[in-house]
Amino acid sequence: MVPASRAPNIKSFLLLFFKKEDLPSGPWRVALARLRQDRAALASAATLVLIIVACLLAPLYARHIAGTDPFRPHLDETVTIGGRTLDILQPADNPLHLGSAPLGPTWHGAYFLGADGQGRDVAARLLYGGRNSLLIAGAATLLCLALAAIVGILAGFMGGVIDQILSRLLDILWAFPVYLLAISLSVVLISQGLHIGPFTIEADSLLLPIAIIGIVYVPYAARPVRGLVLGLARSDFVLAAVALGVPNRRILVRDILPNVASTLLVFAPLIMALNLLTESALSFLQIGVQPPAASWGTIIADGQTLIYTSPIVAIAPGVAIVITVLALNVLGDGLRDALDPRAKLRVRS
Amino acid sequence: MIKFCWAARICRRAAASAAAVLLGLSLARAGIEPSGDRGALMRAHRGGALRLSSYQPSGTIDPQINYESDFWQVFAVTQDGLLTFAKAEDQPGMTVVPDLADALPEITDGGLTYRFHLRPGLRFSTGQKIGVADVLASFRRMFKISGPNVGSWYNILVGADACLATPATCTLAGGIEGDPATGTITLHLIRPDAEFSQKIALPFASILPADTPPSDLGTTPPAATGPYMIASYNPVRALVLVRNPYFHQWSEAAQPDGFVDSITIRYGLQNEAEITAIENGSLDWTSDPAPLDRLAEIGARFTSLAHIHPLLAYYYLMMNTRIAPFSDVRARRAVAFAINRRLVVNLYGGPALGTPICQLLPEGIAGHVPYCPFTLNPGATWSAPDLAQARALVKASGTAGQKVTIVSSDRDIERAIAIYLQSVLNDIGYRASIHSISFNIRDTYLQNSSNRVQIGLTDWYQDYPSPSDFLNVLLSCASFHPGSDASINMSAFCDPGIDARMQQAMQTQSAADWAGIDHDLTDLAPLTTLFQIHRLDVVSARLGHFRFSPLVHMIFSEVWVQ
Repeated sequence: MVPASRAPNIKSFLLLFFKKEDLPSGPWRVALARLRQDRAALASAATLVLIIVACLLAPLYARHIAGTDPFRPHLDETVTIGGRTLDILQPADNPLHLGSAPLGPTWHGAYFLGADGQGRDVAARLLYGGRNSLLIAGAATLLCLALAAIVGILAGFMGGVIDQILSRLLDILWAFPVYLLAISLSVVLISQGLHIGPFTIEADSLLLPIAIIGIVYVPYAARPVRGLVLGLARSDFVLAAVALGVPNRRILVRDILPNVASTLLVFAPLIMALNLLTESALSFLQIGVQPPAASWGTIIADGQTLIYTSPIVAIAPGVAIVITVLALNVLGDGLRDALDPRAKLRVRS
Repeated sequence: MIKFCWAARICRRAAASAAAVLLGLSLARAGIEPSGDRGALMRAHRGGALRLSSYQPSGTIDPQINYESDFWQVFAVTQDGLLTFAKAEDQPGMTVVPDLADALPEITDGGLTYRFHLRPGLRFSTGQKIGVADVLASFRRMFKISGPNVGSWYNILVGADACLATPATCTLAGGIEGDPATGTITLHLIRPDAEFSQKIALPFASILPADTPPSDLGTTPPAATGPYMIASYNPVRALVLVRNPYFHQWSEAAQPDGFVDSITIRYGLQNEAEITAIENGSLDWTSDPAPLDRLAEIGARFTSLAHIHPLLAYYYLMMNTRIAPFSDVRARRAVAFAINRRLVVNLYGGPALGTPICQLLPEGIAGHVPYCPFTLNPGATWSAPDLAQARALVKASGTAGQKVTIVSSDRDIERAIAIYLQSVLNDIGYRASIHSISFNIRDTYLQNSSNRVQIGLTDWYQDYPSPSDFLNVLLSCASFHPGSDASINMSAFCDPGIDARMQQAMQTQSAADWAGIDHDLTDLAPLTTLFQIHRLDVVSARLGHFRFSPLVHMIFSEVWVQ
C-alpha cells in the first residue's frame, strides 16, 4: 500500500498528461515513466486518440468529403463517382425484380464504405456513430466510477450499518445479470423517457443509455474500492490522523481518496471497454441510441439485413468496436502495471 | 414458375355473394369424387415426406382458438367445418363450399335460419363417426372456451348472449338444434348476416368430437377430419402430420386427398438458414419471409423456385384521430400525400413484393374500385408523393412543429420503413421520433388507446374475403374499445353516418355501396394504406404442383415431392 506521504494527489494526476517538466517527483512520475516504457500501452493510447479525433471530425467529413447528410434516407438519389452516375440504392437486376442492393464501397470521398439500406453514407455514419458510442461509454464510465467511489469509500470507511446497507444494495445490483438489467431498464426508459418531478429526459436522449450503463457496472468497481478502503481505514497513517482528531471529511479527501484514485484510474479504461460493448449491444437491440442518430451498435443492426449483399455495413463498426475495446484493455493493463508500486520496472531518473 | 394471377381478373366482383353460392354449388358437384386427372396424378405422385420449416411455432393447436395464419394453413388439411373455403387457386379459393355438410345451407326466415345436412359415413381420425351431436357440441365449445371471435362473429346466434355471460354452461339454447336421425343441423340467428356462411367456414367453427375437453388443447392434437392428422406437436422442435387413416375424399373442392404421406414442420431455424436449406434441397418450404439480402439471389439464381402471389393484405399507418396532430384530418391527409409508396415497397423487397395503394379495400375484394386521392395526380392509382401539398396541409392545420412518435415493431423491414417515415414527417414539418417495440406486442400496443399512440405502422390480413373484414372491422365505432388491448380500430375513428352505411352494406352486400364507403373512408384518412402485400414462397426443386389459395396460401395437400 502506498503510504499517505507518497500517495498521488489530484493535481499531479492532472499534470500527468500535460507538462512533464512540471511533474513533481513521486509515485505519479514513476507511474508515467513506467507507462512510457510500455509500448503496447502507448500504441493503444495513440490508437484511441486517433479514433477519438476522427470521430470528432465527423461533421467536417460528412460535409466536405462525403458531401452527404448521413441522418436522412437517400433511397431514390444518385451519386457521381469518377464521372459515373450511380444509384445509391441499386434496383435488382434479376428477372423477378426481387430485392435491391445499396451502393458498395467506392473508395472515393463520397460513399467510401458504401451505403446502408437507407442509402446513407456508411463511413460518415461510422464516424458519427463513434462519437455517440464513445461519448456514452466515456460518460457512463465517469458516472460509474464516481458512484463506485462514493459508495465504496463510504461503505469501507464508515463501516457498521452504512456498510451493511450499501453492501447489500451492491449485492442486489450484482445479483442481476448485467445485460438483463441493462435491457430491462432500457426497454422501460427508452419507451417512455424518464420523468422525475419537473425534470424530463426524452426517450431519445443519450442521457438515458449513459445513466443505465453507468449504473449497472457500479458494483464491479465499488466492491474493490470498498475492500481497499477497509484496509486503508486500518492503516497507521489513517489511525494516526484519527487519533490527532482530524475530521473524517478531511481524512477522506486527503488520505483515502488519493490512495483510491490509482485504483479508479486503472478501472477506467476497463470499465469503458465494458460500457462500449454494452452500449453497442443495447443499440443493436434498438434500445440504446435511437434513429436517426447512429452508434456502432445501430450500424451493425442496419447491416444485419445486408450481410450477404453489403457485409461492409456490419463489419466496419464491428472492427471499430474490436479495435477500440482492445486498445482500452491494453491501456488498462498498462496503467495497472504502471501504477503498481510493487512493479519491478526500472525507472530512469 | 411465377404467378401474378388472380388479382387483376377479379377486381370488379359485383355480386360476390351470389357468385360465391353458384360457384360453390358447381364446385361441390364437380368435386364429389376425385377427377380423372387428379386420380392419375395421385397414382403418379402419391407418397414421400414434406419437410417444412418455421422459425417459431404459432401457439396452441386448438383450431377453435388459434388465430395465426401459419396454423390455419395446417388446419386446412386436418380440420373441417360444415362449410369451408375451396382449396383452390385464385377466385375459386375465396368461395365457400360445403364441407362436412353435403350442400350449402338452406337459408330461410329472411336469413334467420340456416339448415344443413351432415354428410353420412364420415369419421374422425380416432375412428369415431362424425354425428350431429359432435356438430352441436363444437358450436357450444366455441363459447365454452371463449374463442377469439365468439363475441363479434358468432354472437349473432340465438342464445349466444347467455353463452358469452356464462361460457361454462353454454347450451346455445334456441340457437342450434339437430336431428341425429336425419343428420340435420339448424342454426338460428337473431338477425340476418350475409357473411355468416363465411364466418363458419373458418377454423374456429371446426367440428371436433363431442367429448373434446372444453379447454384449450394446447399441444394435444385434436381429432382430425381432413387427409392429415397431427401426430405430435412439440413447440420447441416440430409439428408432425401423418395421414388420417379414416379419411376418404368426399369433395375435392372442400378437402382433397393429399399427395405426400407426412408433413413435418421443424422449428428454430433462422430464415437465412432456411433459404439456404431450400436452395440446397434439404428443406421444401418455409413459412417465414425470405431475408431481404437473399432476395436478389433468389430472383437471379433460383427463379424457378420462387412463387409470388398478391395477398388480401396490406401495410398501413394508423393515425389516432383523437390525439394531436392527427385529430385534424388535414394532418392525416398530409401524411398520406407525403409518403413515397414506391420507396416503401423497395424497402419491403422491391416492386415484385408490393403494389402501392391509397385506398382501404385491396385489389381482389368485392367493392374495390381503384382510387387514390393522395398522389401527385389524383386518380385511380398512386404515382408519386406530393410533398408541396403535404407541407401546405400541415401548415394549414396549425400542427407544424409538433412532436410525433412513430410506433413500429423491431422487425427489420418495419424498422426500415419507420426510419423512412421519420424522415418524411420531419420533411413536412413535424419533429418525429421512433418508438420501436417487440413485434410480439405490436398490435396489442397499438390497439390500446391508453398507450396514446399517435401514429403506428402495422399490417392487416383478411380473415375472410369480404369488404366488411377491412372497413367495418378496422374502422367501425363498435371496433373501438377504449383502454383495451383488443381494440382493432386503432385509429379510434367513429363516424355514425359511415357506420350506418356499413351496416346496410353488410346486409345488401352491394359492391357499389362498399366502393362508396371505401372512397369516403379513404378521403377521411383515419389510416393510410401503403402497399398491398405480395407473398414470396420459395420451394425446393423437388416440390411440385404448387397451388396457392388466397386464404390458405400454399395448400399442403396439393403439393407433391415425388
